[in-house]
Amino acid sequence: MVLDNQNQHIQDVRRVLSAATYPIRLLVDAPFAFSNWVGDTFSTSTTLRTENQALQERILTQDARLQRMAALEAENARLRALLESTAKVGDRVLIAEIMSVDMNPFRHQIVVNKGSMHDVYVGQALIDAQGIVGQVIRDQIFSAEALLITDVDHALPVELVRNRLRTVAVGTGDLERLSMPFLPRNADVLEGDLLVTSGLGGTFPPGYPVGIVSEVFSDTGKPFLKISATPAAALNRIREVLMIWPEPSESDVAEQGDAVVADDSGTSAEGDTIAAADMEPVTGPETAIADDDEVEPETSAPANLATEMPEGQEL
Amino acid sequence: MSSRRTPRWPIWIVLLIAAALVSLPLPDSITPFRPPWATLAVIYWIMMWPRIFGIGSAWIVGIILDILQGELMGQHAIALSVVAYLTLRFHLQIRIFPLWQLTVTVFALLAIEAFILFWIDGVTGNPAIGIDRWTQVAAGAILWPPIMAIMDRIRERIERRDPTFS
Repeated sequence: MVLDNQNQHIQDVRRVLSAATYPIRLLVDAPFAFSNWVGDTFSTSTTLRTENQALQERILTQDARLQRMAALEAENARLRALLESTAKVGDRVLIAEIMSVDMNPFRHQIVVNKGSMHDVYVGQALIDAQGIVGQVIRDQIFSAEALLITDVDHALPVELVRNRLRTVAVGTGDLERLSMPFLPRNADVLEGDLLVTSGLGGTFPPGYPVGIVSEVFSDTGKPFLKISATPAAALNRIREVLMIWPEPSESDVAEQGDAVVADDSGTSAEGDTIAAADMEPVTGPETAIADDDEVEPETSAPANLATEMPEGQEL
Repeated sequence: MSSRRTPRWPIWIVLLIAAALVSLPLPDSITPFRPPWATLAVIYWIMMWPRIFGIGSAWIVGIILDILQGELMGQHAIALSVVAYLTLRFHLQIRIFPLWQLTVTVFALLAIEAFILFWIDGVTGNPAIGIDRWTQVAAGAILWPPIMAIMDRIRERIERRDPTFS
């Protein structure tokens, strides 16, 4: 039985049984969903008005940023065309809610309320407003189970924004910490460096923030640096996630590295209307959270000035 | 023989509640002390109604738990089957134990279950870190007397309604 599962033979059985046990999850989730609903329904008009105003302001600032973004995107595409490489912009997303159910306490897994009915597929990336959250490991009919990037079994390819140094960020089992055990002692890593997905491996689309380097420790006796990073996404506070379908560009199909991903999103292209319909406005609490922590690209910029410290030390 | 006529739904309602409690989100500070509700319910039903609720039923509960918790399929099923077998084997002795002795027995059964789960985790390369699993066992044993009291009332009510039922 156990070995069977190792060989992925009974995934279909599991899928059917999960659909059967979905009511239990709904039952557990119901009180929480209900209290959220009550909170949303009975909030006073002043609260709503202030919230609305805050949202309007945010939209304004973000629109302003987007204007520049469009120009930059075009420029980027032009430059990439000059380099004869492909540009990938604009992924399709779908908002999914995290269900309030606990899974195995020793794993970092979550259940979201969108499943294979909504074209969710195994290996799909999940993000929130701040960064990468995790990836889908089991797609069920009405829901899907996802592994967070901080799970001990999870590793994702990342790169440093500052110098495009590529490495792998491994989960630690601690929701506030990722570790990068594979960088040599002379690697150029500094505290405060922003990590983004590198797109290698094909699961995660490139360029989404993953975390910020929080600690670099160089042990003289060891060949590798001990680096910790704080995940950019608020992994223990989120209630909604975005599921991404990477959009293939024309020449992308030829690109062997992303072949699998391109294939998947190709089949789900007709689901576009569903995605549009599901794009409901984000409710209060999440925006408050999102407001608190700004997205960080700017903060890591000063690091550009820094020289290669670890190398200096070694000499 | 009367078991064919008597309702089985109380058993499954209790187990459903237990399964819901297992996946109920709790604050991080309390999670290590979440008792294994489903196991406690299984032990109780097998001890009291061994003819109705057997190892097979325990196995089904285990499969449901595996799916709910996103674990390897069969992991809880095996552990619960073993616990069910032990309970079934000794149910006549356990049933007449005084409460403290019964609690100790339940503690042992829960520890066996936790060990099997721990062992399967280790063999399949997902070793769990920390002592959470063992604090849960302790919490389960400590909560056994009140759970037993509640379950006894449920059971007595059903048995009173249907005297032929044992």
